[in-house]
Amino acid sequence: MSESSPTQEQAAAPEPAKEKERLFGLLDLDARFDLTRFRLIRALLKSRWMPLALILFNTFMFMIILVATLLGGFSAGNYNFGIMLVWILWWVLLMFVLVPVFARAWCLMCPFPIFSDWFQRRRLINIGEEPKKPWGLNRRWPKWLKNMWLMNVLFLVTTFFSGFLTVRPFATFVLLGSVILAAFIVGLVYEKRSFCLYLCPVSGFQGLYSQFAAAEIRRKDDAICKAHKKKTCFIGNEQGHGCPWLLMPFKFEKNTYCGMCLECFKTCPHDNMAFNLRPFGADLLVDTKLESKGLDEAWKAFIMLGIAVVFYLGFQGPWGFMKDMIRGTTLPGFLSYIAFHTVFCLAVIPGVFLAFCWLSKLASGNREVPLKKVFTGFAYTLIPLGLGVWVAFSFGIILPNGSYLLHIASDPFSWGWNLFGTANFPWTPVLTGYLPHLQGIAMLLFYLFSVDYGTKLARRIYPEPAQAKRGFVPILAALTAVTFLFLWLYMG
Amino acid sequence: MNRAVLQVLLAGVAAVALGAAPPAGEEHFFEVRARKFEYEPHVLRVNRGDRVRIRLLSEDVAHGLYVDGYDLNVVANPGEDGSLTFTADRTGRFIFRCSVTCGEFHPYMIGHLKVEPNTPFFTYAALLLVLGAGILAITAVRRRREA
Repeated sequence: MSESSPTQEQAAAPEPAKEKERLFGLLDLDARFDLTRFRLIRALLKSRWMPLALILFNTFMFMIILVATLLGGFSAGNYNFGIMLVWILWWVLLMFVLVPVFARAWCLMCPFPIFSDWFQRRRLINIGEEPKKPWGLNRRWPKWLKNMWLMNVLFLVTTFFSGFLTVRPFATFVLLGSVILAAFIVGLVYEKRSFCLYLCPVSGFQGLYSQFAAAEIRRKDDAICKAHKKKTCFIGNEQGHGCPWLLMPFKFEKNTYCGMCLECFKTCPHDNMAFNLRPFGADLLVDTKLESKGLDEAWKAFIMLGIAVVFYLGFQGPWGFMKDMIRGTTLPGFLSYIAFHTVFCLAVIPGVFLAFCWLSKLASGNREVPLKKVFTGFAYTLIPLGLGVWVAFSFGIILPNGSYLLHIASDPFSWGWNLFGTANFPWTPVLTGYLPHLQGIAMLLFYLFSVDYGTKLARRIYPEPAQAKRGFVPILAALTAVTFLFLWLYMG
Repeated sequence: MNRAVLQVLLAGVAAVALGAAPPAGEEHFFEVRARKFEYEPHVLRVNRGDRVRIRLLSEDVAHGLYVDGYDLNVVANPGEDGSLTFTADRTGRFIFRCSVTCGEFHPYMIGHLKVEPNTPFFTYAALLLVLGAGILAITAVRRRREA
């Protein structure tokens, strides 16, 4: 991510010319449907209670989760409120709806930054006069860390402990407690939502996959933004805070780092912000000076694919020795798992993909285009496919385990309550006979998105159409091979 | 003479028809040992139409075995085996999973029942290859037109 402070030069930089393109040759990728055209939605987005009401609700839920996971201790997690809500309901909602459809909608309602926001702003709800200097040290995040690398590492490290986190309530308590504490401490030192932007383990993949999402927040009219010299969306005014995500709402083109906090709807005096519905994946083609394609995002895509493979082998596969390794039955086994997981995600997958990119360059006949450009550019084809892999994986979570939610809703602390009369609801797998089909359909559907965007990315990577077509063939083979691999894992 | 030819033809048709039909179901017996958090054997392979008998033995705590797609369940306690008999009339790979909370990794205690031929997998794999080949063909045709 580039430097976030707006300058005259950046603000005045001309927009890059956009080629008119269509998704699957049908849907204009520039098509947008602005939801703020409905008065009710417009009023909702401008209200100071939105998204605060959702954040407060989730903070309340989060407190219950913390208590439940603390009380749950080391018991089996499938009857624990915290485990079920976080690793079944939240995760599945995230992968099925929130990220693919609404981008970073979870960040909009996430409770983690509430305490640091409150501290920095010195108020929770109203704005009044924006404080000249927020509380805290308010330091700028180091420029060399303004990317996804730290989040890549932190998320990968977090997944090392999934064999504990997803089954031991106390492990989830430690994780969630650490995250909210870290968010607060980072907020004391660094400006605004630096934690969410560059550290939160779950922020990275949401940012990456939100490029595929069918929703976005963008300015409506460039001309209005250019004429509005006082960039209130960035610096804030009496109606709202300056962008907590340190973006320039008058300028940005990608969902990756937009936390959808809705402050720009409040601070724009011209109602020039839109909440658009759009074709899936529109951001995958964005590559501007401010928001360029980068290796950090490429590696995030590789890591997410790698984690899916390892998680399948460990959690949804039938191999007992893998489960023993993941749950740390022996230290050598656990360390071997970490080593395999790390090398597979950080080196093997990128290495194999690099080989296909080298073949792509060879097939294209273009010797001038840098291999790094081919590698980085085509890595974005793995975003739809990766999301498909996780949608398919999540079917394997919710269908067999969803019925536990009814139990824990009635008895969240395992105190023998029966709030909704469902405490004794038996374990009931739902539609698990159709699981392979749902997974197969998800894989093929997202494969098509990857291929379609692959052809478009090829035209951006190689200057000549013929080169692009030849150069795409090895990438098509790679995408097909990845899809085949996951079909085999899920059904074969 | 004609009658002999007819008999040979009928015999041939019958042979082809019998060859195309699913083989008569064999009986398979599996002794599945369950322990935290795995089954042994963890993959059961049968053919469509086969009769499957499973004897579930628990080596530590109470375990279950629920077969996805067949909606069958059996439970075994230590020293108290469970048994399950069914005809594998649906093809594909089906997960069987523990149905009794047996410890923290219980939701991940999984095995596979493979009923050959794995038609769903081959169907989706074939679809994938058709899609990939189709896209290649479209690319080639467009290139030729542009040339």
